Amino acid sequence: MKLELRGITKRFGALVANDDINLTIEEGEIHALLGENGAGKSTLMNVLYGLYRAEEGQILLDDVPQHFTGPGDAMAAGIGMVHQHFMLIPVFTVAENVMLGHEQTKVGGRLDLPAARKRVREISDRFGFNVDPDALVENLPVGVQQRVEIIKALSRDAKVLVFDEPTAVLTPQETDELMNIMRQLKAAGTSIVFITHKLREVREVADRITVIRLGKVVGTASPTASNEELATLMVGRAVDLTVDKAPATPGAPALVVTNLTVIDPLGQILVNDVSFDVKAGEILAIAGVQGNGQTELTEALMGLQPRVVGEITLDGTSLRGHSVRQVLDAGVGFVPEDRTRDGLVGAFTIAENLMLDRSNKLPFVKRFNVQLSYLADFARAKVKEFDVRSQGIETPVGRLSGGNQQKVVLARELSRDLRLFVAAQPTRGLDVGSIEFVHERIVATRDAGTPVIVISTELDEVAALADRIMVMYSGRIVGIVPGDTPRSVLGLMMAGETPAEGAAA
Amino acid sequence: MSAAQQPTTTPAPTEPAEPSRWHNIFREITTGNAIISVLAVVLALLVGAVMIAFTNDDVQESAGYFFSRPGDLIGAVWNSVSGAYSALFQGSVYNFRRPSFADGIKPLTETFTYATPLIAAGLGVALGFRVGLFNIGGRGQMLIAATLGGWVAFALELPAGIHMIAALVAGVLGGALWGGLVGLLKARTGAHEVITTIMLNYVAFYLVSFLLRDGFLKTPGSNNPKSPATKETAVFFDILGPNYNLHFGFILVIAATVFVWWLLGRSSLGFKFRAVGENPNAARVAGISVQRMYVYAMLFSGGLVGLAGINQVLGTTTSGFGSGIDSGIGFDAITVALLGRSKPWGVFAAGILFGAFKAGSFSMQAAEGVPIDIVLVVQSLIVLFIAAPPLVRAIFRLPAPGAPRRKPVPNVTQEVVAK
Amino acid sequence: MSTIAPVNQPTQPSEPHEGPATAVIKSWKVPIVLGVFTVLGFLLLVVFGRSGTSTMVLSTSSDLIQLPDVLLPTRATGIVVTVLLALITGLSAWMVQTHRKVPLWLISVFAFLLLLGFLAWASADARIPVPGLLFGSLSLAVPLIFGALGGVISERVGVVNVAIEGQLLAGAFTSAVVASVTQQPLLGLLAAMVAGVLVSFVLAAFSIKYFVDQVIVGVVLNVLVTGLTGFLFSQVLAPNASLLNQPPKFERINIPLLSEIPIIGPVLFRQTLIVYIMYIAVALVYYGIFHTRWGLRLRSVGEHPQAADTVGINVTGTRFWNVSLAGAVAGLGGAYFTLGSVGAFGKEMTAGAGFIALAAVIFGRWDPIRATLAALLFGFASNLQNVLSIIGSPVPSEFMLMLPYLVTIFAVAGLVGKSRGPAASGKPYIKS
Repeated sequence: MKLELRGITKRFGALVANDDINLTIEEGEIHALLGENGAGKSTLMNVLYGLYRAEEGQILLDDVPQHFTGPGDAMAAGIGMVHQHFMLIPVFTVAENVMLGHEQTKVGGRLDLPAARKRVREISDRFGFNVDPDALVENLPVGVQQRVEIIKALSRDAKVLVFDEPTAVLTPQETDELMNIMRQLKAAGTSIVFITHKLREVREVADRITVIRLGKVVGTASPTASNEELATLMVGRAVDLTVDKAPATPGAPALVVTNLTVIDPLGQILVNDVSFDVKAGEILAIAGVQGNGQTELTEALMGLQPRVVGEITLDGTSLRGHSVRQVLDAGVGFVPEDRTRDGLVGAFTIAENLMLDRSNKLPFVKRFNVQLSYLADFARAKVKEFDVRSQGIETPVGRLSGGNQQKVVLARELSRDLRLFVAAQPTRGLDVGSIEFVHERIVATRDAGTPVIVISTELDEVAALADRIMVMYSGRIVGIVPGDTPRSVLGLMMAGETPAEGAAA
Repeated sequence: MSAAQQPTTTPAPTEPAEPSRWHNIFREITTGNAIISVLAVVLALLVGAVMIAFTNDDVQESAGYFFSRPGDLIGAVWNSVSGAYSALFQGSVYNFRRPSFADGIKPLTETFTYATPLIAAGLGVALGFRVGLFNIGGRGQMLIAATLGGWVAFALELPAGIHMIAALVAGVLGGALWGGLVGLLKARTGAHEVITTIMLNYVAFYLVSFLLRDGFLKTPGSNNPKSPATKETAVFFDILGPNYNLHFGFILVIAATVFVWWLLGRSSLGFKFRAVGENPNAARVAGISVQRMYVYAMLFSGGLVGLAGINQVLGTTTSGFGSGIDSGIGFDAITVALLGRSKPWGVFAAGILFGAFKAGSFSMQAAEGVPIDIVLVVQSLIVLFIAAPPLVRAIFRLPAPGAPRRKPVPNVTQEVVAK
Repeated sequence: MSTIAPVNQPTQPSEPHEGPATAVIKSWKVPIVLGVFTVLGFLLLVVFGRSGTSTMVLSTSSDLIQLPDVLLPTRATGIVVTVLLALITGLSAWMVQTHRKVPLWLISVFAFLLLLGFLAWASADARIPVPGLLFGSLSLAVPLIFGALGGVISERVGVVNVAIEGQLLAGAFTSAVVASVTQQPLLGLLAAMVAGVLVSFVLAAFSIKYFVDQVIVGVVLNVLVTGLTGFLFSQVLAPNASLLNQPPKFERINIPLLSEIPIIGPVLFRQTLIVYIMYIAVALVYYGIFHTRWGLRLRSVGEHPQAADTVGINVTGTRFWNVSLAGAVAGLGGAYFTLGSVGAFGKEMTAGAGFIALAAVIFGRWDPIRATLAALLFGFASNLQNVLSIIGSPVPSEFMLMLPYLVTIFAVAGLVGKSRGPAASGKPYIKS
């Protein structure tokens, strides 16, 4: 089935998210849609899937114009979507999730679960997914959850499958498996649209590549193009993919973590006996696929986890068991991985957010009163220094773009004397310009002699920034290796294999 | 495009983000338009008018023969509604039938007197809202405040002035304690305050009933479940002289409003309160102890509601109180806080308005036989309409505001300078 | 590429994604709570013990098998019970120490024993009609159960329903008026359902369409309905009471044979039509939510409305319809106050039942069966006061009247902290 998007334009108010987009997916091809964060790829796919209505343009299937009023129509027409953030109900079983929306029923509306289970097994066996229809989705590892999403789409006889940033949460191994699955699907006659911003994957599996930038199609490419060519198309200028950084001059160990274990309320061990140190003037990157304990380790350092065993020492003072307030006051700066949920109060102004974690004492608070004029001066200075684009320091932070929001967080954290700087997923969801800015700032902090920890799931970022890399898998440290360790080794470590084994393979 | 239009040297494209819909709705509800507020009041009064007309005997009678003498029905409707609402006005603002200004203005002072506890309790509820807590426990907090403060007021012998202050403090503490208990439960166990406050209302009611019947609130020698009268040395003094009921409590709530304004807008504690109310996750990561803020907020909130309770005992109902001392103020306070958009001076104004309704409703009942429950209906409708500006707009055919209140996003051409 | 071998070796182990070992967390909460109650029991039953004989009457005159009355020596019973309570507390402490979870049945046995001890103490030299006690508990629980069912449906679809009180009151009012005018109690039932739908329609409209906070709408609706029914009662009902406020009540229907089973027969099967409808309703709601397509879609909307949206389910419509259904069910409960019990309508006659129903929903973890059991428990707590005041109990009546509300607080605070509601409950669904 040939899918064509013709002249699609989608606006949100005065913002044009998709601008006259033309895209043709031939039958049985894997077509990659490449673009950086914010380029408009997901919007386009939501238009295709019937979740949005485009202001202009048409969707054609086999040259027949379609009118989708909702996802139901798109699915009926044979378009299936594997979402970036899984559209699965965690407390339902696999079979229930797959059957939702097109349930088979017996008399009186009773759910026909055996039939649903059978269907799941059919599809699962056909592609070797090995998925148990009665497993609760919330108990499944992320890679398996993604397969459930695929089964869901296939169970409706999808002829075009759209994958929206599928590899964000997969190990390199799982990514390879996904590539294989895509090839299998292609062999079975399904067309695939593969949305991503990762150049390597695109070149590995795509038949054709369309590049989107800022809502417009800027060109097509073939998989034989080089990374640099693709990156330039994506961003519109020559992109330097590496970060300018002088070699590190590490000092004495500043943060020392010994035998750290973090337990969740049900007793499951999330961080398992972890020991490492970070020296002054170096960047330690904690790498690993999302969900292997890095988040919990970071939270334990910041005092956000209640059940922590082991020792955390910063410049000789113990931090374990301390409250968040105490950890912050000890000189730790923190950029949380979810800035809108944990980093900023959206309804507060830029100025108010700049004092969010210093609301207890001077210089912002004197004798119970907030020093408003001091705050205003401070905010104006920081907005200038960090180039935060807004309509003034009284703008609510929720109105800023992702990049500007992250700048506010950085401005706040980097404006005090830090003895440790922790940045979790600092460039998630940011455009390239903001990513460069953030990276520059992180390196500058390191060069000023502060120990820095960067937690990132993006291997590119880890490779660019790190002086040393600590890979985590399943709550444990797989290894701590130098910053120039080759990607292949890192990939294996992220899947749980220690360097010695990997080297032998 | 002149030569002066150089591309900016910054590499970052300025893509102002579309504000989330959450944000728009938040702005709508908390700031809103003044016109919507006024129209909401008008609309609610209209509904009230319909209710008055429908249930009026004359209207019902003349509706029976509408087609032969339609004028009668219209006349009856007009009479019933205008009679009721003019009674409302004369009972709350100015009574034209009185000979002198001093007499005629008495209703306005009554309005202020009724508004006093509404403002105090409304401030308490509003403070709770700002921290993200629903304090529905007005009745219980007022009762406990009245119990503790009232006991000090009638049982102790203290010099004038000191006695009043002692009773006042005891009352506010009582309310604070009953509210703080809710905050503690929420902080320690996560129990939702909507349920705990309502349950504690009933617990307080029965506790006070017991104390009035057989405990330390009992009037010796009487079987009437009413406490002894407040001693003269503890009573709030009248601020306009003996002819008027307006007493010191009104000054207190003005002070309370100033205090809450300072607390929320200028103090560091208020900053933390608001942070927790807007985004408890971010507040926690920023080192603010959300648990502690819940407890403090409920202490303050309960204390303010307690002020309303002790106000009744020391000012308005000084001859001894029963278990109905709260007289629905606890629930009215919720509507006051919502109408006032949880802002201190908004609550003050809303309290005055609802105080006027209350004062006027008694004369409506006396003069026209309209039950005072209608005030509850009008108040609730006002709140519902305030909360749904699109509904009000639809009814009055107002144009919807265009883009939300910010300048439209320019479609920047995003030319980026090569490095 | 030719045929690709199925990849049946996932890179990760197929068990869930934690480390191989788990730690066990010792929570001393249960033994401490049990210990506190044991001490309270000791104080009440032994230190302030009473002497006499407590008679537990187990049968009514029309039972199939006549069970003999159980005579308990009051003081001895108190001592025995206290000892047993202490034993159970010790057992629970040992279990926690050896890393075991204290089972629910053990806690239930504790509660039962404590209750027995209290009953014996309170009824020294008096007779407690046990079937009557249970009958009254069920009766008082009827509006709670209907309200809880309405609450479960509504919350499961993602809309917090604080307005149960308003729905009950509206149901009581309209059922009284309609049944009085038509002299047909069945029409009154129907009217009650319609009233419930109307109230929940407002809740749905404001919270789903206008995105007003669901709790606020609920609270305001309660005030509105209270004011409206109060106004109409004073203006319209009271002056015309004989026409508008004297509804015929439902007769009791004894189900043959079943109603003669000892103890539970008189309790369960000598009730009015409303109660029998309630039994069916509980079963239907349970079956519907967990075994039908309607229930699956309902739960999906309450858990992850976005996911439901992407498979083509109409989230807004589903929420609207189901909130209305919840209102209808709760309205039925309101009819019980008038047509099943007192008869005429009185101002604010529901007296907070709607909030207790909401607590039952939370205590029952949004499960219809558990919520029903919780509601029964609360009904029992309410009824205990009635029975004890009849036989002349030493505890002041006000403290007994407080009991259901205190129990509710304990339920919501102590035992429920860990459970999860439907994930998307309380948040409006906004399509971006």
